[in-house]
Amino acid sequence: MTSTLTISRLTKAFGGVKALSDVSLAVAPGERVALLGHNGAGKSTLMKVILGLIAPDGGEISICGAAPGSAQARAQVAYLPENAAFHPALTGLEQITQYMRLRNLNPSGAMELLGRVGLAGAAKRRIGTYSKGMRQRVGLAQALIGQPRLLVLDEPTSGLDPVSRRDFYELLDGLAADGAAILLSSHALTEVEARTDRLLILSGGRMVAQGTLPDLRREAALPVAMHLSAINGYEGDILAALPGAIRVNGVLHLTCAQDEKLTTLARISALTDKIADLDVIPPSLEDIYSHFSRRDGQ
Amino acid sequence: MIARILATATTEIHIARRNRWVLIAVLLMVAFSLVLSAAGSAPTGVLGADRLSVVVASLTSLSVYLVPLVALLMSFDAVAGEVERGTLPLLLTYPVARWEILAGKLVAHTAILIVAIVAGYGAAAVVAIAADPAALAGLGALWRLTWTSVLLGAAFLGFGYALSSLARRVSGAAGLAIGLWLGMVVLYDLGLLAAVVADNGGLFTTRIFPVALLANPADAFRLFNLTAAHATAAASGIGGAANAIPQWQSLASIVIWPLVSLVLAAMAFRKGEP
Ligand SMILES: Nc1ncnc2c1ncn2[C@@H]1O[C@H](COP(=O)(O)OP(=O)(O)OP(=O)(O)O)[C@@H](O)[C@H]1O
Ligand SMILES: [Mg+2]
Repeated sequence: MTSTLTISRLTKAFGGVKALSDVSLAVAPGERVALLGHNGAGKSTLMKVILGLIAPDGGEISICGAAPGSAQARAQVAYLPENAAFHPALTGLEQITQYMRLRNLNPSGAMELLGRVGLAGAAKRRIGTYSKGMRQRVGLAQALIGQPRLLVLDEPTSGLDPVSRRDFYELLDGLAADGAAILLSSHALTEVEARTDRLLILSGGRMVAQGTLPDLRREAALPVAMHLSAINGYEGDILAALPGAIRVNGVLHLTCAQDEKLTTLARISALTDKIADLDVIPPSLEDIYSHFSRRDGQ
Repeated sequence: MIARILATATTEIHIARRNRWVLIAVLLMVAFSLVLSAAGSAPTGVLGADRLSVVVASLTSLSVYLVPLVALLMSFDAVAGEVERGTLPLLLTYPVARWEILAGKLVAHTAILIVAIVAGYGAAAVVAIAADPAALAGLGALWRLTWTSVLLGAAFLGFGYALSSLARRVSGAAGLAIGLWLGMVVLYDLGLLAAVVADNGGLFTTRIFPVALLANPADAFRLFNLTAAHATAAASGIGGAANAIPQWQSLASIVIWPLVSLVLAAMAFRKGEP
């Protein structure tokens, strides 16, 4: 299957600041890809380069076979900027109507579109009177106009309440099922884990990891933590049997590498009659993320 | 292409209406026109011209200042405002050319300008004709003033867009617009006048001065309307020089300037990352 978006060896510097160095990635039709990274990692810059708003210093980008910013690419790409802004004097309906007409679509569908993002009731009010989340929804509504082949969404769920976030990801699922490629950036790891197919992690302008969460978990090979509670009086025996275990607030903490997990568990199961309870804690999403995100300095 | 230009124009009209720009422009033009037509009624009969032609002569002097001012006030925000509000990057990701965005704004702003000019001149004409039915003879002069005013306004809309694109900050664009207005409408004439007086009928007055008048759309506008109305031209200070310049030249200047300024605006807006 050919990718909707292909980027190879992309580089961009602002004066002395290397915002992107040698970034390569591809997004296939129907794929939902999340772009993660610390503040200033280069996520927004990467998106602006994809849209042709910023010219790269080097590297190649192809969007459905077209160059970024070309008329052909713009006709197929939808964008949601971070902190989407609109003229405060316009109503939501007027704004969406303009955007639909710019895409050569009949604006009679504008109201239905605003309804899909939950703005039907406020459609005829000025955007200047909207709350932050409502403005964000206007931004989402305009990104849904037409049938974009590629959606580039910069922190699409920032400012949205939990229910709206869920609704938003349901909209995305529908678009992806219809074959749209989706690239979104986010700082919300849990929702991204649950609702996207693949993660990309940028750090200091470099792509430090990409893959599904299980891929990244395996690659990071972070230690597994185990918490044991001893049956009264057996604590000393357990500490003797398991070197490396330490006592924290009455609970025994033990860590082991991924590949030692089973042998460690076997040793623990030999002590069954001395242990009251056992918790196995895999590395959290935050642990995996910071492992990759910190690897390049920062 | 037409659909995209009209989409932008519709949006701009909504914005101008909500921001009271339409109202401000109309009120400005009507108020000043009425004041002038009241004040300008005194010399009637003295020159033998009809009442409306006299009003048109005063309106010409007024419009040289007011039309460029209104045009610049509407246009200085056009690009810089979008940059500052952060609305430009998203707009530029749509399949719309940059010149189409400017064209849409131009259509909207020109329409508002036409409404304001027609309202202002119309009010003055109604007053003049009501007072003296013979004033109907001046309708031709009024029509000429109307369409040349629209072209003058369009030229300054283009200048405003160009400054707005170059400044990329609303405050900077406002400063540049005020500077341009002062320079082209006020100081330019003062400078020319001083030079003519100092030159005392020399080479400057015969060669450079006419070209300098044509090179400024505001002066060309005044020149064209005054030469067209011979009767009042004689009463005007600038009349002597005006009569020396063929009318087609001032007409050409009036027609060419809007095109030049709009091309400048499109060029200024074309470059630059949002
Ligand atoms: N126009 C610009 N001029 C100079 N430097 C810039 C410009 N835009 C971005 N940068 C720099 O490029 C780097 C990447 O910025 P970018 O906005 O892409 O980060 P980000 O990953 O989107 O961060 P955040 O999570 O805070 O949105 C930063 O160091 C930033 O200061
Ligand atoms: Mg960002």
